[in-house]
Parts: sequence; C-alpha cells; structure tokens
Amino acid sequence: MYNMEEKIVFCKGGGCTAKLGAGVLSRVLEKLPRGEQDPSLLVGYDSRDDAAVYKISDDMAIVQTLDFFPPMVDDPYTFGQIAAANALSDIYAMGGEVKTALNIVCFPEKMDLNILGEIMRGGSEKVIEAGGTLAGGHSIADSDVKYGLSVMGVVHPDRVLANNHGQPGDKLILTKKLGVGIICTANRVGEASEAAMEEAIASMTTLNKYAAEICRKYEVHACTDVTGFSFLGHLHEMLDDKLNCHINASKVPVIEEAHRHADEFLLTAAGQRNRNHTGPFVEFRKIPFSMEEILFDPQTSGGLLVAVKAEQAEALEAELQNAGLPAKIVGTLLEKNANEAEIIVG
Amino acid sequence: MLKVVNAMGDACPIPVVKTKNAIKELIGAGMVETLVDNEIAVQNLTKMAQQKNYGVRSEKLGENQYRVIMTIGESADEAGAEAVEEETTAEETCMPDGRRGNKVVVISSSYMGTGDDELGAVLMKGFIYALSQQDELPKTILFYNSGAKLTCEMSPTLEDLMSLEANGVEILTCGTCLNHYGLTEKLKVGGVTNMYVITEKMMQADLIVKP
Repeated sequence: MYNMEEKIVFCKGGGCTAKLGAGVLSRVLEKLPRGEQDPSLLVGYDSRDDAAVYKISDDMAIVQTLDFFPPMVDDPYTFGQIAAANALSDIYAMGGEVKTALNIVCFPEKMDLNILGEIMRGGSEKVIEAGGTLAGGHSIADSDVKYGLSVMGVVHPDRVLANNHGQPGDKLILTKKLGVGIICTANRVGEASEAAMEEAIASMTTLNKYAAEICRKYEVHACTDVTGFSFLGHLHEMLDDKLNCHINASKVPVIEEAHRHADEFLLTAAGQRNRNHTGPFVEFRKIPFSMEEILFDPQTSGGLLVAVKAEQAEALEAELQNAGLPAKIVGTLLEKNANEAEIIVG
Repeated sequence: MLKVVNAMGDACPIPVVKTKNAIKELIGAGMVETLVDNEIAVQNLTKMAQQKNYGVRSEKLGENQYRVIMTIGESADEAGAEAVEEETTAEETCMPDGRRGNKVVVISSSYMGTGDDELGAVLMKGFIYALSQQDELPKTILFYNSGAKLTCEMSPTLEDLMSLEANGVEILTCGTCLNHYGLTEKLKVGGVTNMYVITEKMMQADLIVKP
C-alpha cells in the first residue's frame, strides 16, 4: 500500500515528543494581549489546564480542545487512532463528554493519498467509539505528516474537573502505564521488542473514556491527562504551587522494557526539556536513573492522573483494574511545605 | 584515539546512538567528539556520559553548533566487579571535565560588593562574564534574594548565563525570591529551586564561591 521510502519519511519521531517545552511556551503565552475577561470562560489558558471550558447556561458548559502531532508509529491507521485518542483525552480530563470533532491534517502533496485515508479512518473510528460525530475538518499541504482533532464536548458547569483542585490527603491514581515515549523512541532506532511496541500501541489507542466514566462515580477533586510534559510535569501543574506530594515510585505502572531503553539513553529531546523544566521541583530518593527518565518521559495519549478522596482511593483503583486498566495508586497530595521539594519521589 | 561524530541536524536520540556506536568502535580508551546543533542534545549526551562515568565537557562553537567531548577510560567498558574502586579513582584524575569537583557559586545580590550600587552592578556583570570564561566551571550557580533578578528578563548577564548553562552548569534560582520580586513568569535561564535544595547544594559543595 505504501513503500518503505515513504514509511521512513512518515515517522520521524512524533507524538507528544514533538511538543514545544512548557518553559518556552509560557514565555510566549504571557506576552499575548488579553481581551476583556469573559466571566463565562470557566477555564482558559491562564490556568494551564487541559482544555477550555465555556459556560453557556447554568446546566451546560462546552469543553474545547485541539491536539495534533507528527506520527510516532509507522502504521498510518494506528497513528490515526492514537492521535484521535490523544485529542479526545482532554475532554475526559475535564470531566466532559465528547460531542463533535473536526479533523486537522497536514499532508505532503506527493505522498500516497491512501496513507491519509488510513490515518483518517483510524481517527474517525476513535471519534465514533467516543460517542462523538466527526463534523468536518481542514487540511494543508505540508512537508511532513501531522494529524489530530479539534474536539468539542459538554460538561455540567458544576462538574468540571479542574487539574488544580486537589486536596491535601487525596490519593493520586494513574490509569495507564508510563514509558510509551521511550518505547516509541527505541522502536525508531530498531531496539524495541515487538511485544513492548504492541503494549505501547494498545495503551495509546485506549480511550480515557472508560477511566473517566468510572472516576465520575467517586469524589475526584482534580484530574488531568498525562501527555507531553510527562508524569512529573503534569503533576507539577496539578500541584499549582498550592500543594506538595509524595510519589511511591515502586507503585507507578510502567511498560517494563522502558527501563532497559532508558538505561541505553534512548531518550527524547522533549524528555530532557521536561527534566529542565520540572526537575528543580523534584527530589528523587534513591530512584534508579531509568525510573527518573520514565517519570520525565513525554507520553502520547497517556492516562488520567486523578486526585481522589483518600477513603475512596482503593475502591476506585479496584474498579479501574476490574475494567482492565493498569491503574495504580501512585502517591499522596500533601499540605504545601516550602521547606521540602514540591514532589518527593521515594 | 579520537573519533568525530557528526550529529548535526539529528533529532534525539540519534546523537546518543551515533556516539554510543563510536565509543564501541574505540574498543577501549579514547575520545569521542560529537557535533550537535542544539543544547538539549548536549544535555542528553552529557547525561549519558555522567551515568557511564565518562569524562565529558562541551562547548558552544557558534549559533546552533555545539561540541561534546567524551573521554572513555580503559576501565570504563571492561570494568569487572574488582575494578570498580580503581575505576572511580581513575575517573577523578583523568577527567578533563571543566566542572571537576563540586564547586558552587552563590549569588545573593544583583550587586557585587557594597558601596556604590551602580558600580556593584557593573562588577557583577564582569564577574559572571569572567566566570563563563574559566577553564574550570562551577557545577552549580545558586541565585537568591536580589541575585534572582540576574536570571530574569532584562538582566545584563543573560547571555553569559545561557552560555554557562549550555556548558553544563546547573543554574538554579530561588522560587520564593522570584515570587517576592514578582519575577516568577520572567525567569529566562535555568530552573527554579527551593530552600531545601539550596541548603543541600551548599552543604555538599567542595567549595563555595560568593562574590
């Protein structure tokens, strides 16, 4: 269907590893002119949250998000599924339900159009699985392939799950394994095993819908999805200068093989940018190098990270696991303590 | 033996992969010089060298042009269990790394010395420039109180600090201080830190330099 030459051009190491660093980005964003504050905009980029939330009536708000990136796998259909699952995830991270999605496509004019067809087939299948409708899109001729979605969802204004409303004492639950960035990077240089790559793809194509539906039944105070800024980067945003936390590294779910590749330094630039940005807030207590790298690894279509009331944490963990998710209680939110590192990984 | 690896235009982890291959080809001791076009690649290469206990230093050759030189000792690759002790001592003596030893520079004010502040600011700019030109660079530079202003927008020493950072010097600014001066969003170089880390870095330093 497509030849090897195109395949190599197709995947240059993408996914959320292609994201601009949080540090660079915030320097640009802070300089943008702001119009009048609209009180109906419940969540905007002031809060560094996952998506924008706009209240349109007392019982309805719309959730808006946009995500697209270059391929991180060789198979176009799989890439389409992953890109869509990743874009849809932001709606779930805000506690919303998916309604409509628009395709966003960059594609080289000379490349086989069947490849584009496969990408979009993968994407639209995921939108349907999410219960949404693919309502249109926009495509641009470009030197490299990029694909993603702009997604609109709805949420009750009182049930918006902000990323920064965690309470001291809350338990943190992560719903997917970490390490997909490292596995894809290793795969690009021919080092990843087939089994690990399959596990990474299965994880990246899994919608966070199922985890989100289960979380809704519990007293969840804060939620975000773990993507390009890594587990520690998104956790740092969740703490929002108001909380500290303790992470139990031995409980963090990881695709096992990622350790081996991290020890071989098959690491992304984005991972190092994450370390530069978030590293100063983290204290590692006797954590092996590979685990540090996994915690800074940019995740494409990563899991949800939720802060849940402590008494309900074990029940939530069990229900997520019963649904087939590799979810684990990975840590505890603590009162702000400026005398200690914000995030202690032990 | 010196091997040169051209990794200009290569995205991570390719520079690391190419460098690892060159190290394998050395079969024993030698040096590998890797050319890359971005600072993050320098950091990823340096990280690998530190984990592997290779000597490492890096320099900026020009705009988007960096050189990382690793020194691989005889023992580094073939070290058995009994050679561990020997290996660590060998590393310390033959490490050409500009950051040898744990030297920490502490900048607690945006002025150098007391007296005239205008003069103090000029002196501090001169100090940081001179620091960036040393053969032996500090491992870490800590900025606190009004020193925090030096890592932020409008600081006259940003370029020198960025060059120090590109050469692997860790630059950390006190978060409480940035907050106090309303500079949290203005930080331009290095990371943010807290009192716990500042104290630890000073306690573990072999030498503290305080201009």
